[in-house]
Amino acid sequence: MDVRSQVSMVFHLDKCIGCHTCSIACKNVWTDRKGAEYMWWNNVETKPGTGYPTAWEDQSQYSGGWEVKDGKPHLRASGRYRGLTNIFHNPKLPVIDDYYEPWTYRYEDLFTAPAGDDQPTARAVSMITGEPIEITSGPNWDDDLSGSPLYAANDPNLTALTPAQREQIFEIERLVFFYLPRICNHCSNPACVASCPSGALYKRGEDGVVVLNQARCRSWRHCVSACPYKKTYFNWAAGKSEKCILCFPRLETGQAPACFHSCVGRIRYLGVLLYDADQIEATASLPDDQLVDAQRKMILDPFDPEVIRAAKENGIHDTVIESAQASPVYKFVKRWGIALPLHIEFRTLPMLFYVPPLLPIIGNGKGDAYDATSPNLFGTLDSARLPIEYLARLFSAGNVGKVRYALRKLMSVRYVRRQGEVGDVPAAMVDALLAEADCTREEAEAIYRLTSLPLFDERFVIPPSHREEAIAALTDPLEFKGATGVGFRQKPERVS
Amino acid sequence: MNLYNALFFGAFPYVAVVLLLVISIQRYRSNQYTISSLSSQFLESQRLFWGSVPFHLGVLTLFWGHLTGFLIPREVQLFASTPLRLLVLELTGFVAGLMFLLGLVLLIRRRLFSKRLRVVTSPLDYVVHSLLVWQAVSGLYIALYLRWGSAWYVQVAVPYLRSIFLAAPDVQLMASVPLMVQLHVLGAFSLFTIFSFTRLMHVLVAPIPYLWRRAQLVI
Ligand code: SF4
Repeated sequence: MDVRSQVSMVFHLDKCIGCHTCSIACKNVWTDRKGAEYMWWNNVETKPGTGYPTAWEDQSQYSGGWEVKDGKPHLRASGRYRGLTNIFHNPKLPVIDDYYEPWTYRYEDLFTAPAGDDQPTARAVSMITGEPIEITSGPNWDDDLSGSPLYAANDPNLTALTPAQREQIFEIERLVFFYLPRICNHCSNPACVASCPSGALYKRGEDGVVVLNQARCRSWRHCVSACPYKKTYFNWAAGKSEKCILCFPRLETGQAPACFHSCVGRIRYLGVLLYDADQIEATASLPDDQLVDAQRKMILDPFDPEVIRAAKENGIHDTVIESAQASPVYKFVKRWGIALPLHIEFRTLPMLFYVPPLLPIIGNGKGDAYDATSPNLFGTLDSARLPIEYLARLFSAGNVGKVRYALRKLMSVRYVRRQGEVGDVPAAMVDALLAEADCTREEAEAIYRLTSLPLFDERFVIPPSHREEAIAALTDPLEFKGATGVGFRQKPERVS
Repeated sequence: MNLYNALFFGAFPYVAVVLLLVISIQRYRSNQYTISSLSSQFLESQRLFWGSVPFHLGVLTLFWGHLTGFLIPREVQLFASTPLRLLVLELTGFVAGLMFLLGLVLLIRRRLFSKRLRVVTSPLDYVVHSLLVWQAVSGLYIALYLRWGSAWYVQVAVPYLRSIFLAAPDVQLMASVPLMVQLHVLGAFSLFTIFSFTRLMHVLVAPIPYLWRRAQLVI
């Protein structure tokens, strides 16, 4: 057992209101720079939809992530040999137009235009060339457009559905969608790290955050094609790749990352998971339908004395173990089994988990009318407007059972609350539902509390980072005494 | 004339090599951030393929060819001692030179005609382009009109290059070769001179260790 600690995340999709506050918070802190205008380390997509960059989930086009060959995971796009032979031209690299051309407006024209009969306008200009452009796409161009034949109909995940099920999604009166906020998953088997010819990317030992050392990045750009989530970005002006750093300077000072902190829907949870690094390769080699279970097995019980011993042996601090025991992520993922990884079939073993949305599935179409008053109050999962197969394509590599389990539990929580608050459902029925959902009243109550009423400190259980020890282990702790700043001695500027 | 020869073939090479070494090491040690191939594929991918691939393959072949002749001249000479083998050597070099030139022209055209790419092209890039074009053109000219370069390279250029390394430059050797060869050599030293100030630096950090490093890095 090789225990590692990982700062992991849960996004509760039922709570996301699609306000993009998270994206803006991140943009203002990290990517409001030349060459990074088009980057959204945090973005929010409307599902079904094609997302950002367009159709990123379609690996027949982008070749991201890992595939199993001869029983072992191999990078789909590059890897050792193809990585080096494709270095002069990377055939799988997305280009700026797969994202969008960033633009601004010539606001000064509004003030400097000569007096005339027409209102002056601020024309859109490209932030790359500075020339006027026609805007044809953007990072959330398909926002709320899930009925559209252009965006939703081209969602790569729809291949999992029967024609009848697709019809069901697109009937315009029954338009259905939910939001999918995405950041870097800080995977335990990261494809970007394995694909970097320079070894510029690495996983931080103490918290598992995947970071990119820009001083070592040489613009070979394989990380961009290797990441199946397209969460490493190429800065076209600096000639360096960049990615989400989970706001580690904030984490190290006990603050939640900017997107977490600012989240209006309070959908985001953060906490430590302990996992067994010895199981990574075996887990990533399994068939699709076993991946969710295997990844859960990899995540260790922080109360198990054996795990605690092995963790201490690996130098994981007592306070971090305590933090893992209080982790909301552990509860959602492992204890309750209601949070699932996004597209685990890419085999990077993502460490960001999603509670699948229950909301769009209740309510039915009755002729022309929308009817939310089904006899059993919340409708049934099988008459769901959003087919479970679709959610399974996203969150469990097609394993419908996993999504059904999570949704049943979430449904039973609603009944428990309904019984308690309104009292119009018989206790016997609720008990039957709970039994069917593999849930107890205590558990339902706990899920309810952590979903609806959690305090800041319950949503974000941030481990002390113990940088003092990390630094002491590597360098003289007095090295920087009396010095002004560390890191760059020159401004990070492109040369030639 | 002698003064010029001494300047160009006696002194200039040292300036070039010293700048190459000192600045490269200095830049690597003090400001690695600036070392990058500065790929522009993200802004334009298709035309890059048709330029970059032949360019790099050609240039690598030529580099190793020149280096082999320099390092093991006797063996190369022995190898080229039958007409057929000589022809094979010459042809390889010539084809590589053509790929080099063709790729380069496509790359330059690509940069000149795209607004996006002009944004990420610096004046120094144009200097590099011009020097490279010159090397390709003069090299091809030599291969065509000053026949059997793979044979005389070993006898003329290699002793000269060695004399530089031995700190006793034999300027006379260069003074007696045709003008085109002189200019080719000068072009090469000019490239060395600007090498470490430009994106050419990425050659020195070619990621060969990727072949044997661990796939996952946890630090
Ligand atoms: S801030 Fe929160 S609620 Fe708003 S879009 Fe982002 S994740 Fe959803």
